Amino acid sequence: MNLLEVTNLKVRFETADGIVNAVNDVNFSVEEGKILAIVGESGSGKSQTVFAMTGLLDHNGSATGSVKFEGEEILNLSNQKLNKIRAEKIAMIFQDPMTSLNPYVRVSDQMTEVLMHHQGSSKAEALKHSISMLDAVRIPDANNQIRMYPHEFSGGMRQRVMIAMSLLCRPKLLIADEPTTALDVTVQAQIMQLLADLQKDFGMSIILITHDLGVVAGNSDDMLVMYGGEIMEIGKTESLYSKPTHPYTQGLMSAVPRLNDSEERLITIPGNPPNMMKPPEGCPFSPRCNYANDQCSNVSPILSNVDKSDHYRACHVEIEKIV
Amino acid sequence: MINYIIKRIGIAIPTLLILIAVSFYLMHAAPGGPFTSERPLPPQVLANIEAKYGLDQPIWRQMINYLSGIITEFDFGPSYKYHDRTVNEIIGRGFPITLKYGFWSFIAAIGVGIPLGAIAAIRKNTWIDYLAVGVSIGAQVLPNFVMAPLLIIVFTLWLDWLPGGGWNGGSWEYLVMPVIALSTSYMASIARITRSSMLEVLNTNYIRTAKSKGLPTKVIFFRHVLKPSLLPVISYLGPAFVGLITGSVLIDIYFSTGGMGYFFVNAAFNRDYSVMMGITIVVGGLTILFSLIADLLYAWIDPKIRY
Repeated sequence: MNLLEVTNLKVRFETADGIVNAVNDVNFSVEEGKILAIVGESGSGKSQTVFAMTGLLDHNGSATGSVKFEGEEILNLSNQKLNKIRAEKIAMIFQDPMTSLNPYVRVSDQMTEVLMHHQGSSKAEALKHSISMLDAVRIPDANNQIRMYPHEFSGGMRQRVMIAMSLLCRPKLLIADEPTTALDVTVQAQIMQLLADLQKDFGMSIILITHDLGVVAGNSDDMLVMYGGEIMEIGKTESLYSKPTHPYTQGLMSAVPRLNDSEERLITIPGNPPNMMKPPEGCPFSPRCNYANDQCSNVSPILSNVDKSDHYRACHVEIEKIV
Repeated sequence: MINYIIKRIGIAIPTLLILIAVSFYLMHAAPGGPFTSERPLPPQVLANIEAKYGLDQPIWRQMINYLSGIITEFDFGPSYKYHDRTVNEIIGRGFPITLKYGFWSFIAAIGVGIPLGAIAAIRKNTWIDYLAVGVSIGAQVLPNFVMAPLLIIVFTLWLDWLPGGGWNGGSWEYLVMPVIALSTSYMASIARITRSSMLEVLNTNYIRTAKSKGLPTKVIFFRHVLKPSLLPVISYLGPAFVGLITGSVLIDIYFSTGGMGYFFVNAAFNRDYSVMMGITIVVGGLTILFSLIADLLYAWIDPKIRY
């Protein structure tokens, strides 16, 4: 059974300038013990997808569809019911560890409050447990470091603190929203390695949101490419890497800079992401797509199977033309 | 921390000296003197009186005499207008009164302002928010010289619930109206500062983190939202407290409370140099003290600030 099953998820925001459809009919699932990467550029709706799942949308946002966790519907549950799921079953870490930890509260208090609230631990137990969790994410001298404030840690260490804090209740699913974006490259690699190790140790599933394909490659089982609030391509990471069948995925792959490239200019996808207030008709990627035909700018493509595997893509253009 | 406090007090002394020098000079630069009146005294008499108080000496000399009186004997000099009282007596009588209703106004301003701003922020864009914002705008634009007579008309003349003035040792019925009249505009400012800073905090990433940890709203509010929201309020409170004490001139006039503000204004009109100087020094000292307290509170809340 899948741990998480998302069907027809839609997210919209009511703003002063009009309605924004941030996520349109997204379907995917996460298997137990697997890592799903959600890839897309800024504004593609990847973060809003997971915020909707955990009830963390802004006040002007609303979600419809279905999100089943361990077979039970969790979308739009009351805050009280969601609070039983958050941290205990689904935990989150965020992009910017500098601002995601409360700068005015000691790390020890930010960690122990999770255990004291969710598991009814005493302060002393919670502190002991928190220190061992900081050890697990390889923070040196955790015994003393835990008393510090977030600003006394470096960026990478702060993200380790975030990770340790999210794993305190041994959640089944960890949602990592761009966990390495704000970190420098060497630290990125360490954090990804740490997440991969912890995933095995804890036997949890991870949803890894990123726009960095380099991070996706070695660190995920499945992969989902989003653009303009819709899924462009989804399947096994290997299969998408070896054979990207969607022009957008292809564009992303070729935009990854390579050392052995003789070209001096970086390759980009021309154009800008769509204005979600007025999304283009048909396929959201069509205005930027080299292969686009009349059909693309009129009819929305639906996800369809590639090669009878569990590799799907949403594109009107024949595979042969692209691959 | 201790070093920082000592340093700040060290800086306070030259600051006060500059304050004294400037006010002393400005005061004497204004035309007229304590013994000028509509019916001029004979020049001989005036010269005698001025000689008695040392007013015939050059200003720098007067200032040194004045300062040495304060430093050696803690004597702020005689009042030129109330011949039977010294400045120490006047301040000693007026200051406790001012301090008492100033303190209660301060408590009222915080006690109402912060919760009002917080409720408005939490219930943003609901009728509660609009009401709270409306009330605080109203309270802010209504000057206390309008507020004070209105209160007297309603509570004394119409309803006959409260005495229209006097002090009576500061019993509560004499305190209510001065405190309301004095605190409303401060309360409104505090409410508005609290609301806007809390709205900012509620939108931060760390509050999203706190929500993602499944903490109850109450815990999130008291542990994660409240402290950072109060930082801007604290930097406002230092000067506000001094303002509450010095801005009490109108209160003393409308409610005949007999506080320091009344003497301050009268002293200015009468060129009662020593009373003016005395009160200026007290207010200046308080300003320095409360900005220090505000800075220390700031450091207590914000761990990034270490002295």
